[in-house]
Amino acid sequence: MNAVVNGIWPHLPILQVVIPLIGAVLVAFLRRAPLAFAITLVVSWILPFVAGAMLWQVLDSGPISYHLGGWEPPWGIEYRVDVLSGFVLVLVSVIGAVTAPYAWRSVAREIEADKQAWFYCMYLLCLTGLLGIAITGDAFNAFVFLEISSLSSYVLIALGRDRRALLAAYQYLIMGTIGATLYIIGVGLLYLLTGSLNMVDIASRLAPAWAESSSAILAAIAFITVGISLKLALFPLHAWLPNAYAYAPSWATAFLAATATKVAIYLLIRYYFSIFGLVVDMEALTVNDIIIGLSVAAMFIASLVAVFETNIKRMLAYSSVAQIGYITLGIGFANEAGLTGGLVHIVNHALMKAALFLAVGAIFFRVGTVRITDLAGIGRKMPITMACFTVAGFGLLGTPGTSGFISKWYLALGALDNGWWPMVLLIVASSLIAVVYVGRFLEVAWLREPSSALADARDPPWSMLLPIIVLSAATIYFGIFTEWTVGIAGAVATALIGGLQ
Amino acid sequence: MSTLTNLFDHYDYVITIFLMMAGIYIVVARGNLVKKLVGLSIFQTSVYLLYLEPAKIIGGTAPILDPAFTVYSNPLPHVLILTAIVVGVATLALGLALVVRINEAYGTIEEEEILEKDRQA
Repeated sequence: MNAVVNGIWPHLPILQVVIPLIGAVLVAFLRRAPLAFAITLVVSWILPFVAGAMLWQVLDSGPISYHLGGWEPPWGIEYRVDVLSGFVLVLVSVIGAVTAPYAWRSVAREIEADKQAWFYCMYLLCLTGLLGIAITGDAFNAFVFLEISSLSSYVLIALGRDRRALLAAYQYLIMGTIGATLYIIGVGLLYLLTGSLNMVDIASRLAPAWAESSSAILAAIAFITVGISLKLALFPLHAWLPNAYAYAPSWATAFLAATATKVAIYLLIRYYFSIFGLVVDMEALTVNDIIIGLSVAAMFIASLVAVFETNIKRMLAYSSVAQIGYITLGIGFANEAGLTGGLVHIVNHALMKAALFLAVGAIFFRVGTVRITDLAGIGRKMPITMACFTVAGFGLLGTPGTSGFISKWYLALGALDNGWWPMVLLIVASSLIAVVYVGRFLEVAWLREPSSALADARDPPWSMLLPIIVLSAATIYFGIFTEWTVGIAGAVATALIGGLQ
Repeated sequence: MSTLTNLFDHYDYVITIFLMMAGIYIVVARGNLVKKLVGLSIFQTSVYLLYLEPAKIIGGTAPILDPAFTVYSNPLPHVLILTAIVVGVATLALGLALVVRINEAYGTIEEEEILEKDRQA
């Protein structure tokens, strides 16, 4: 037993990526839905242990560097796990593990029988890509993983029952590919300037390159910023997101909303704080001001659009754009408290958005519609589901006692640290808009008499209910006990800000 | 004058940037879903050129250590672009597959007509 552990231990970084990849290949060969689900479940439940073991190791004894094929970096590809990437790996794999049991019934209801196995295959590939982006220390390798996750998520979205899912997937494919291509243009420029693709190596060679040719580095910053912003749906580059989330199968929406944009945000933080920020004064470039401006616009405009949506999934999708605004706001503040708030909100938003989308998926599972007007009184018919929706919804508003409050508290502290007290008012004011759109559905769900169309509605089976309960319970847990979220995010923020120019 | 000679000396980059802009223009300006994908492909291909131009040395060989050769091309960008080509092919294939499905579902591949049908539905 000990020999096995000792044998596996040094290879955890590659296992994190290879396990879901092998799972995907197995599923593609077996092509039977029950087997595919079993493999997905096993893979999803192994991954958090791998990620957790690495995060524990990193917190205990510093970053892990894994050399693929035994080639020393910067020549070979390096997988590098530090606290930030360990944090993101744990988040993605835990979300995958918690939502996995939900898949069986939801997928059986929403996906045609002969396509179910392929759906699981695409999910595992998407998981491979997302984990790969977070773990790799190589700029070009990150592009390859970005495309693996994107291509598979286009398929996940296109498998939605509604024909609009096809157009949503097509539009996402166009925008996503432009984003990824802009990103490799940026990486190409960095390679021309520094002769390296290893992120740590680029960072160390950037200073002499900056002295020699600053305009090329500025171009690289611009290309990488816009490219990644398309992927993370920073306002106004979010046009692909609402339809993609609204028409994708429920489980895919919950998983993508909780993880895909978050991993893109991770990549942006990596470039800003571990590469460019070390050499370039981002403050003087007004990059931070632009990010803050767009974030505030997202917080208000996307929230306002959400107020007028009649489809709950689209409403939550616009709310995602707004919530991503809070995360990028923290990046724009570029101080310890602000970045802590942004990082904590990555986790908190992932947990509550997954809970919300899963709850909506459960409603669709029972009722077959997600239009607010058709769902009057649904709370009395599906009390546990709607109770969880309510808890996670309060998290979205930032009510004290939920995790959303913790994120906004640190963001407000970040604003005050920069002396921008009006920003605190903006954060509070935009949360009030969230009160309107969440409250509007809660009012319809709880306070109206159920219509006859909902006569047969009841809470979904336990395999679907349990993930929703766990995620919404986490919304409360992380609102009270912040040791894991704020503790780790704070340590990351201190390390990142400490290295800045 | 110096700007002009500068442009002429770097004519390969001028072509690359022209292709890049042309590709992205097609994506934005055309309503036909297949033409959009063609534009996207041109855009991606221009990036292959961006990587390869600085890497290829005229008269250079693959970096095999041999006293007969002294000029080498950089192999790394070539390998990277092989990967990027595979990604591009996969993207194009998936995009075309989606267009086929869209055509089956809507009976058209013109963006305006599709949106019009969605509004009516």
